[in-house]
Amino acid sequence: MKEKLYYLENNINKDFDCIGEEMLLRISLDTRDKTLIVNFNGELDHHSAEEIRKEIDKIYFDKGLKNIVLDLKKLNFMDSSGIGLIMGRYKNVSDNGGKLFVVNASSRVDKILRMSGIQKIVQICESLEDIPDNI
Amino acid sequence: MIQNSMRLEFPSKSQNESFARIVVASFAAQLDPTIEELSDVKTAVSEAVTNAIIHGYENKIGTVIVECKIEGNRLEIIVEDKGVGIQDINKAMEPFYTSKPELERSGMGFTVMETFMDELELFSEVGKGTKVKMVKVFKSVKVEE
Repeated sequence: MKEKLYYLENNINKDFDCIGEEMLLRISLDTRDKTLIVNFNGELDHHSAEEIRKEIDKIYFDKGLKNIVLDLKKLNFMDSSGIGLIMGRYKNVSDNGGKLFVVNASSRVDKILRMSGIQKIVQICESLEDIPDNI
Repeated sequence: MIQNSMRLEFPSKSQNESFARIVVASFAAQLDPTIEELSDVKTAVSEAVTNAIIHGYENKIGTVIVECKIEGNRLEIIVEDKGVGIQDINKAMEPFYTSKPELERSGMGFTVMETFMDELELFSEVGKGTKVKMVKVFKSVKVEE
């Protein structure tokens, strides 16, 4: 049962597109217990980060969730706006007594993450399976 | 020796950030870059154009100019705005410094540009605008005499 994804009633597993015809970035949101799992698909820059962070925060606070997992498996571009987005979510989660995890970062994205030193405060895991069950 | 140049102008709308980096990457493609080199260029251009939009023009609409020049295995990229300019260049270039923390900016823009490009120069005058000049040397290109 632990591995099963628990979906909340009102369409939490919705896809959100960054506004704009080109669909630069798409995210999908799932929950597992009190943890919000955000899957990124596309390119994360200043333009796409603005809309996406609002969607993440809305679900996180509306549903009273605790932890956030950012799954970057399908993220094929990220600039320093991504660091800002991760730091902002880290702050929300910490203020709320939760934890933030970043998983499946490509070597490219990992290079930018490590440049910022973010791995000192945020747990970077290779895959979803590496996240402890009892966070 | 390959010689080529291009100039691109667009309004400072954030949806043009992806447009600008894709155009520059397409232009750089004639140097037969590695995926890594191309990603470096895309990321650096994205940072410079984002700075022009949110800091140069502070989200008012102005014109962002991107000029590229290829000489042999060197790609020179200039990203220019006619916006507010930078008061303190040294401070702006410090890692983690941001004049707009409320926008969740990480303050890593210039650090990323410096790391991913081979040369970086910044020219700015308050009230006149800012110009970022970056150079990438493509190691894979054989320079013919």
